[in-house]
Amino acid sequence: MPQSDASQPLLRARGVRKIFPGTIALDGVDFSLEAGEVHALLGENGAGKSTLIKCLTGAYRRDGGDILLEGEIINPKGTIDAQAYGIGTVYQEVNLLPNLTIAENLSLGHQPTRFGMISVRDMNRRAREVLANYDLSVDVTRNLGSCSVAVQQVIAIARAVTLSGKVLILDEPTASLDSHEVGMLFDVIRSLKQRGLGIVFISHFLDQIFEISDRLTVLRNGRLVGTETTSDIDRLRLVNLMLGRELEEEIRPHGKDHTATGEPRFSFTGFGRKGSIAPFDLAIHSGEVVGVAGLLGSGRTETAEVLFGVSHHDSGVASRGEGTDLHLKSPRDAIAAGFGFCPEDRKTDGVIADLTVRENIALALQARIGWMRRIPDREQRAMANDYIRKLDIRTPDAEKPVGLLSGGNQQKVMLARWLATNPSFLILDEPTRGIDVGAHAEIIRLIEDLCAQGMSLLVISSELDELVAYSHRVIVVRDRHHVAELVGNEITTDNMVSAIAAPEKETVI
Amino acid sequence: MNARLLPLVATLVIFLVAYAICYAQYPVMLSTRVIGNLLTDNAFLGIVAVGMTFVIISGGIDLSVGSVIAFSGVFIAVMLRDTALHPMAVFAMLLVLTTLFGAAMGATIHLLEMPPFIVTLAGMFLARGMAYVLSIDAVPITHDFYDQMQSMYWLMPGKGRLTLIGGLMLVVFIVGIGLAHRTRFGMNVYAVGGGANTAALMGVPLGRTTTAIYAFSGLLAGIAGIVFSIYTSAGYSLATVGVELDAIAAVVIGGTLLTGGSGFVAGTLIGVLIMGLIQTYIIFDGTLSSWWTKILIGMLLFAFIVLQKGLVWTTGKKRAAGG
Ligand SMILES: Nc1ncnc2c1ncn2[C@@H]1O[C@H](COP(=O)(O)OP(=O)(O)OP(=O)(O)O)[C@@H](O)[C@H]1O
Ligand SMILES: [Mg+2]
Repeated sequence: MPQSDASQPLLRARGVRKIFPGTIALDGVDFSLEAGEVHALLGENGAGKSTLIKCLTGAYRRDGGDILLEGEIINPKGTIDAQAYGIGTVYQEVNLLPNLTIAENLSLGHQPTRFGMISVRDMNRRAREVLANYDLSVDVTRNLGSCSVAVQQVIAIARAVTLSGKVLILDEPTASLDSHEVGMLFDVIRSLKQRGLGIVFISHFLDQIFEISDRLTVLRNGRLVGTETTSDIDRLRLVNLMLGRELEEEIRPHGKDHTATGEPRFSFTGFGRKGSIAPFDLAIHSGEVVGVAGLLGSGRTETAEVLFGVSHHDSGVASRGEGTDLHLKSPRDAIAAGFGFCPEDRKTDGVIADLTVRENIALALQARIGWMRRIPDREQRAMANDYIRKLDIRTPDAEKPVGLLSGGNQQKVMLARWLATNPSFLILDEPTRGIDVGAHAEIIRLIEDLCAQGMSLLVISSELDELVAYSHRVIVVRDRHHVAELVGNEITTDNMVSAIAAPEKETVI
Repeated sequence: MNARLLPLVATLVIFLVAYAICYAQYPVMLSTRVIGNLLTDNAFLGIVAVGMTFVIISGGIDLSVGSVIAFSGVFIAVMLRDTALHPMAVFAMLLVLTTLFGAAMGATIHLLEMPPFIVTLAGMFLARGMAYVLSIDAVPITHDFYDQMQSMYWLMPGKGRLTLIGGLMLVVFIVGIGLAHRTRFGMNVYAVGGGANTAALMGVPLGRTTTAIYAFSGLLAGIAGIVFSIYTSAGYSLATVGVELDAIAAVVIGGTLLTGGSGFVAGTLIGVLIMGLIQTYIIFDGTLSSWWTKILIGMLLFAFIVLQKGLVWTTGKKRAAGG
């Protein structure tokens, strides 16, 4: 294992402090990264993981503490400086430019030049070479904006890897990847580790942490809880460290006593849209959770979007109860019919960063009752505080702009927004993505409570265990078709995997 | 086809169709003589439009350029009248001045996080005011060197004349195209237009890039001022009112998105030529009021804005379907 200096850690943070108005995001945190190790950074939503990363790379100015690279104090003033020191970073927010091509994104700031002019041919060739390592064959002259979120994520990682001479920092890089892509990323991480790079890896997927990391550091409320060797710690203790308390049960499998009988609350027949999802039949009963399983890009999200009217269905009819027809031409119609939809991509479709937590939560309800009848401030505040408590949203108060919350807490605000409208049919697309273990269990419990109260839910998730836990029925989507429906005891991870994989495993990008 | 080429192709098609219509009525429109005049008459507009293209691609706007052109003309005329300096020396001084002026606006936009619209609006009043301070009346320019420059041309086949200023405009466009697509500065401009915060996280130096963009626009406004003074042989503080808007129109008709992040310098050349062509046609016709130029340009602009919206909408859809 090549090591520049045996006694010095590769990258070290000493007593780093960062204060935001109303929050101490980091309170004297120590962290050290050795060459040739994968070091996981863990903690609940809002624990300060992303903030620590941003202080290390100079994206935020820290309020105290030192950063040492190979024993020397460094003071990166921003990402450019950090790159010059050999520190490449994928920040939690997707951080590439949709208006540039894939090759331009990969090479921005360090394009191959000849006599001061960028050589486009070299640039594209290099981009193809880089992406070959990730098994990704895309046209590198395509605009990044036209690629799927997963492909964008792979490209963001590839860019950071090419920039990292010494240290690679990945903040929740796997949130939008499927297992095949995660496997590929891990291969790349392992080979970088062989080359002696230090890698910081942030994730809420504990399985991935145990698979890839050598050591781990846990933060809680901006403070260092401890650094441990991964092989010395078990799952339970790790969760305890993160939460500072026992987690009752991580996921409690659910009694499949409920059988959907009687009239469905909503039914959809021959519903579909050319090019995005083949026509399907779906009946939703009250108090029922319908799970949707499938690979990324299989048509899961498209199912939700067609149901909610985000994209227009071009075949089929929807009806309520016995047969009153429903017109679902737009999200407005859907909301009026009592639907709610919490989309997957909270950055582009989701929260409005400049509005406060209270305003974001009140938004959908306000839209539903009409803008003329304003919800009184007092009511809005009460509602916001109620959800902040119920969902354990970490924010100093309801008046903080949502953009300043941590990623996972933004996700919870989104969820609260739709719950506030008290829909009779709620569609959740990846509700637990980017959410920590504590809140994860919380959300699953919430889903169960909601359905016990008679709400109908459609939940899309990549985590099959989770679907097993709360679904009464699971629909499996493959290649833009609904290919299987599992009921009751048929709902097992194995059955879902085989339905997703049949006839043969293919990767959809 | 790459979706971002679509506006450029649309512009090119409109230009060719417009030219075909003109040619069908007045075959002489295809002569190099008319083309030469088209280039000469629009030289100053084309040069500022190159700078405006960079500014708009970066997501900004520069309202000061029309005033800077007027200021430049007055500055040159007054300096040549009151001092014995050679015009070349005056040009050098002027270009330093206008570049610094642009850089100062860019730095203000970055440091104070002010909207470019406000900062360059202030710049517009400032430059126009400075021109008045130098001279309220038009100042004629009489200098042998000016006579030489005005009589310099390259005789194209078919007796058309490519004048010095027409040629200079083409050179500026070529340099602009190279700068936009083949340099790191150019890539940074697109990056800033695509999203300033993201660009900063990717390591684009925001402050330096913003300053350089407006400095470049100021430099080109200065060069356009020189060209305009050669074209008119005078400096007048009331000249070129509203040229910034013509330049913005040319950029948009050339297929650059007003929201930033996407566009082509070459498209702007076609935009300028389309606007010039409309004017030429109206002169040829002789019976139409020259206001028709404005009406047609207005309609074209409107068509392009609708096209851009449609484009953004369809690419957005495609992206959603890909996810
Ligand atoms: N720009 C900002 N302004 C004000 N407060 C901020 C800002 N960025 C983060 N915070 C606050 O700092 C705390 C730590 O946030 P951080 O983003 O580091 O959490 P995290 O551990 O990355 O969480 P997650 O797992 O949800 O991504 C949070 O309470 C957040 O509200
Ligand atoms: Mg984070």
